Amino acid sequence: MSNGNRQLKEEKVFKDPVHRYIHVRDELIWDLIGTKEVQRLRRIRQLGTTFLTFHGAEHTRFNHSLGVYEIMRRIIDVFADRPHWNDRDRLLCLAAAVLHDVGHGPFSHSFEKVFGSDHEEWTRQIVLGDTEVNEVLRRMGDHFPQEVSDVIEKTHSNKLVVSMISSQIDADRMDYLQRDAFYTGVSYGHFDMERILRVMRPTEDQAVIKYTGMHAIEDYIMSRYQMYWQVYFHPVTRSAEVILSKVLRRVQHLYESNYQFKLYPSHFTGFFDGSISLEQYLKVDESVVMFYFQMWQDEEDPILQDLCQRFMNRRLFKYVEFDQHFIMNQWNDLQELFRQADIDPDYYLVIDFSSDLPYDFYRPGEEEERVPIHLLRPDGKLRELSRESELVEAISGKKRTDQKVYFPQDLLETPGHEQEKQRIKEILLG
Amino acid sequence: MLVEHAKLMTLLKDAGEIVGRKKLQKIVYISKKLDLPFQEKYNFHMFGPYSEELTLRMEELCDLGFVSEIKEQKAGYYQYRYCLTEDGQAFLSKYPSALAKKEQLIQLLNEESSKFLELVSTILYFDELSVEEVTEKVHTLKKKQNYSEEDIQAAYQFIQKVQHLH
Repeated sequence: MSNGNRQLKEEKVFKDPVHRYIHVRDELIWDLIGTKEVQRLRRIRQLGTTFLTFHGAEHTRFNHSLGVYEIMRRIIDVFADRPHWNDRDRLLCLAAAVLHDVGHGPFSHSFEKVFGSDHEEWTRQIVLGDTEVNEVLRRMGDHFPQEVSDVIEKTHSNKLVVSMISSQIDADRMDYLQRDAFYTGVSYGHFDMERILRVMRPTEDQAVIKYTGMHAIEDYIMSRYQMYWQVYFHPVTRSAEVILSKVLRRVQHLYESNYQFKLYPSHFTGFFDGSISLEQYLKVDESVVMFYFQMWQDEEDPILQDLCQRFMNRRLFKYVEFDQHFIMNQWNDLQELFRQADIDPDYYLVIDFSSDLPYDFYRPGEEEERVPIHLLRPDGKLRELSRESELVEAISGKKRTDQKVYFPQDLLETPGHEQEKQRIKEILLG
Repeated sequence: MLVEHAKLMTLLKDAGEIVGRKKLQKIVYISKKLDLPFQEKYNFHMFGPYSEELTLRMEELCDLGFVSEIKEQKAGYYQYRYCLTEDGQAFLSKYPSALAKKEQLIQLLNEESSKFLELVSTILYFDELSVEEVTEKVHTLKKKQNYSEEDIQAAYQFIQKVQHLH
């Protein structure tokens, strides 16, 4: 690998509310942050629709990417001169940290569900394609972008490096848990990261934790568990996401039906037919999406108009939990009643599962599914965390799923089709 | 109704029983690579392609009582057995799945060991690379599994066989 990096004449410092300061000394990193593909992340929120539940959650993937970089930098400081760590991997780790989320689009989770796009594939294209990011990375040699891409995709041969950015205790999770807690304002999500970093040790395959650091890790696992239920899994956020997805589906349906839009969805057509280029993809951020939603509140199509108004003005769907009995005995009747009441069930009666979420909480690696957190005992042996910690064992066995049905309760209170609406309310609300 | 869940239930029905979460993960991944319409998103993990979404969806099916999961203690780890319950059968009768029956394919996959399926799914994950590049990837990423050249060859033959079958 050629040396295409220089130390900056003066260290650059970003003020950060979570890590206090983010320090940049490498020109390569400074220039990566300055690329238009990374700057674009300033216009993509880290938590998608969560700002409709926790109004502080306006932080972006840019903040998070810098935070992950800073944690990675601190981990490397701890690893310096220890066995299994090779300082030649330093810039590879730092670059991967800055770029690990660069392929995310606006409200990526909903876009991926509706249009089948894949932010990891876009990350690959941004790192390897004709982009400013790629140009900066190639200063380190023609092979460097591929190495960075492999680390982000977890297919790099150096498993220690991969585990530092992507494992059950990595720079990515340690940043987003703290950052999301800070911006949502919840009191969960806090743990002693300084302590965790001090007890982290490199091994051939992964970063492990010194046995004496078990309690700090317990705190981290607890915070991950609480954030999962209290923030990531919040039913109101999911309601907003349900409406967002239905807007996207409606727009696609109208586009395919040759509907005459007042505001034509030019930025979306590539998503509809799967022909979107990297250049087009990079132009779609959340400012663009919110502009369309704002304008589509005045479309002639009543469903698109209503869904956009709901999203923009936070008139969200209500929800109830359901069980097997509901699926087997009530679902078909309910759909029919919605139709009879002139409420299209394809857009207004939505089942949502926890498996639709991109978050999880800690579980030991049963049957080698995923690499668990390992504690390094004084005798040099590794033990999986939940085998040593009763607290972690208790949490990791917990039920992680629930299922809800979402519907617009306000429409059930409007005049017309009273009988059907009453019957719907009886089924849904008891 | 529960379109993605129904596909998994159909797969379990075709398989009869699947022993091991890793095996289930790899069977769904390989089926997906053979163009069966599974939507679960996969990433590469230390032990090959893995889908958290699939893991959660299976938990949901168990919670709803459509799939039974039996946990067994093994040396140093737990193993899980999955099969469709009577309620699951009733669900499929009421809401037939969009997944066409692929009994022969699923059973062929289910007869193989999870270690072999891990190799097959890893090869399929890198299907844009040449055989030489894939072999190198297998040897570097799967060092501990110690796959031989013969194993890799057998995996390629198996892929040809299932592709033909499909």
